[in-house]
Parts: sequence; C-alpha cells; structure tokens
Amino acid sequence: METIIFYILAAVIILFAVASVTTRKILRAVIYLLFVLIGIAGLYFLIDYNFLAAVQLTVYGGGIIVLFIFAVLLIHHVELELEKTALKKKLIAGALSAAGLAVTLWTISTYPFPVTDTYTSLEVADIGRILLSYEEGGFILPFEVISVLLVAVMIGAIVVAKGKRLSEDGSPKTEDGSKKLTENN
Amino acid sequence: MIAGISIYEILTLSSILFFIGIYGFFTRENLITVLMSVELILNASAVNFVLINTYLYPDLIQGAVFSIFIVALAAAETALAIAIIINLYKLISSVEVKDTETMKY
Repeated sequence: METIIFYILAAVIILFAVASVTTRKILRAVIYLLFVLIGIAGLYFLIDYNFLAAVQLTVYGGGIIVLFIFAVLLIHHVELELEKTALKKKLIAGALSAAGLAVTLWTISTYPFPVTDTYTSLEVADIGRILLSYEEGGFILPFEVISVLLVAVMIGAIVVAKGKRLSEDGSPKTEDGSKKLTENN
Repeated sequence: MIAGISIYEILTLSSILFFIGIYGFFTRENLITVLMSVELILNASAVNFVLINTYLYPDLIQGAVFSIFIVALAAAETALAIAIIINLYKLISSVEVKDTETMKY
C-alpha cells in the first residue's frame, strides 16, 4: 500500500515540477509549484514526520505560495504569457541537467548506504527539546540566530519594498524620472 | 521509513526534483520563475536531509532540525527576494533577467 502511495506521490511531484518550469503562463506555474510542495508534504507524512509535514504545508503552501501569487498579480496581468525560451538554450540547459542527474544517480547507485532496520517514530517534543538544548548537540544558537534573521528580513523587506517615491506624475520611474527626483530633493 | 521503498528510490526522486529545479533556473527569463526554481532546489535538499536521517540514523533527529532551518531560510529568502523584485519593477517596469543590468541607481 505504502509503495503504491509513494509511486503516486513521486509521479505527481515530478510531473508538476516539470510543468512548473516549462509552462508559459506564470500563474499556472505558481499553482503547479503548490502541487509539488503538497506532494512533498505527503512524502513527509508517509515517513511519519508529521510535524515537518505540517510546517511544509503551512509555511510553503500557506505563506510562500501566497507571496508568489501576490507578486505575480502585482507585476503581471493574469493571462500574460512568458517569452519563449530559445530552443538552443533549452537544449543546452537540458543536456547539462541530464548530465548532472546522470552523474548524481550513478554516484547514488554505487554508494553502499549502511541502511539500518530499526525504526523509531519522531516525537514533536523531541524536536522542541533539541532546538532549545544548551548541551552538546543542541541547537539553541542556530535557533536564536534564525529568529534574529527573521526580524532582519521583516525590516529589510519593508524597507526594500517601500522603495523610493514615484515621480511627480505618478508614472513608474524611469532613468529620467529618478534623475528628476534627485534634483528635486 | 517507508515499507517496501529503498533509500535509492527516494534519493532518485529528490535528485530528479533537484535537477528539474536546475533546468528551470537555467531556462527561465523572468525573475519570479527563477525564484520558483530555487524553491524546488531547496525543497529537494530538505527532502534529502529528512530521508537520510530516517533511513541511516533513525535514533537521531538532527536531519529534521536542519530541514526546519531550511524551511525558515527559504521563507526568509523568498520574502526578501520578492521585495527586491517589486522594488525593481517600480524602478525599471520589468522583471526580466535581461533588463536587470545595473545593481544600484
């Protein structure tokens, strides 16, 4: 049963990932990315990492995808089609990716992984304990650094996205507009 | 651990996902779609952390913790990158890679 579910999830992930990087409608690409992320959350559920799956669904499915949709709707028309990539570029990128994939798969298939047969389920309490542990192997320092980083990113995103004012007539600023603005200041 | 699935099959899945992200990173010409390819790459590596933890060291949980950190970093990176892209659109009215030539006005 789990084998079948795994293969269904794998097919969903790969199909939608390919669709996400090849489709020319940008909003559809975002939605395909959402399906990929949900498929990966399903993978986490399958290996019993429920907390991680919940984090994946809330942060990626709930947060990042909404950010992407906001950005797309602010910047593009919904029906806008992306420019066609040149065939030569596609071929070169495809060949490079395929070569990298071949090397990686060959390395993986020849490496003898010492797989253990024991199985312990992961408790959320254990994750909380190791994140806040001061002892050896604890993650209190990276945890605090991440919180400082998140504050820095919040402030930085507000400052950057606010940007400078538009030029007088309200039109988006061009090279000339920015010059005019600095002169006025 | 998933019954009946070996570590090789799952690592194959995450490698394919990673290189689909690389392909998108090479071919896309719009900054938002490039950012989406980066998300695919980050997700593939997070899956790898979790799976190697589950299959090789089931009594440790470091892999899951690293994966949580990757999710936090990805969220931070996306928020900041989208702020930069929107600012760039205000400045030059375009988010195509070929139009972004100068870094500072």
